[in-house]
Amino acid sequence: MHEMSVVESMMGVVLRHAEQNRASRVTKINLVLGEVSSVMEEPIKFYFDILSRETITEGAELVFRRTALMARCSQCGGEFKVEEFDFTCPDCKGTDTEITSGREFQVESIEIN
Amino acid sequence: MEIEVLEGIFDANEIIAGENREILDRHGVFMVNLMASPGAGKTSLILKTLEGVGGGLSCAVIEGDIAGKVDSERIAEQGVPAIQINTGGSCHLEAKQVNTALKRMELEQVDLLIVENVGNLVCPAEFKLGEDLKVMILSVAEGHDKPLKYPLMFSESHVLIINKIDLIPHTDFDMESLKETVRKMNPAVEIFEVSCRTGEGLSAWTGWLKGRVETSK
Repeated sequence: MHEMSVVESMMGVVLRHAEQNRASRVTKINLVLGEVSSVMEEPIKFYFDILSRETITEGAELVFRRTALMARCSQCGGEFKVEEFDFTCPDCKGTDTEITSGREFQVESIEIN
Repeated sequence: MEIEVLEGIFDANEIIAGENREILDRHGVFMVNLMASPGAGKTSLILKTLEGVGGGLSCAVIEGDIAGKVDSERIAEQGVPAIQINTGGSCHLEAKQVNTALKRMELEQVDLLIVENVGNLVCPAEFKLGEDLKVMILSVAEGHDKPLKYPLMFSESHVLIINKIDLIPHTDFDMESLKETVRKMNPAVEIFEVSCRTGEGLSAWTGWLKGRVETSK
């Protein structure tokens, strides 16, 4: 729903790093998108096509790497994949757990000329 | 050439949320981020909460809506300072908007600041505002099956308020099943069952909140 402003933020990050590296063109943007992030790939691509026009990112390929929702149990220290949002540790049944991945939306790297 | 970036796209929001946190700490203000779908009873709960914690605590409200100022007027009628933020179509509040509102408020006179987020169970969960507590409302009429449909909101909230419990006899709402699902997603969540219409359960919530505000001082 808020993908347009998300794309604006994403382009801010990309353009800042591109300028710092004196890029003339950004050809690829590698993104990490967690399984439970509320951001969706298709609208991101849609708004990126519009907002990137006449910038050095125009035509860049967007590559999404999806990460699963994982949590770490503070009781036994084990990391496990969270299924159906059940945060109970499958090994020791501990309930004090912390998300380690699956929520992120990150620019991992960019490819530039 | 590949350049490593490793920067979160919500980092900019989180930096401002951190600034908000500093402003609030400096003035000893406890901030609640109240989230729910449209019609769940956010404004009604705020009005009842102001009534319940009144006496001893001085309160203020930030109202986030896509348009209009109906809600902030309802709050101001109670003699409580209220600032309206119109997001102009955006489905959630961001830390920057709250930052602007904080700078317009006389915070030294405020103990408890309630921020009413835009009515939506999806996006507000993603944007930190610098709050002490994320509180969400689920109303009985929405059904007990919502947690698995909107998991981020239910797993991120510190408090779940189940409102409109006076309607339960007229519905198939299954309170035990709801609580069981939510506790698996979020074992630390505090759950309160209330009816803003009849007043049932409200004193448990306001008493708990008052305790939290006072111990944070």
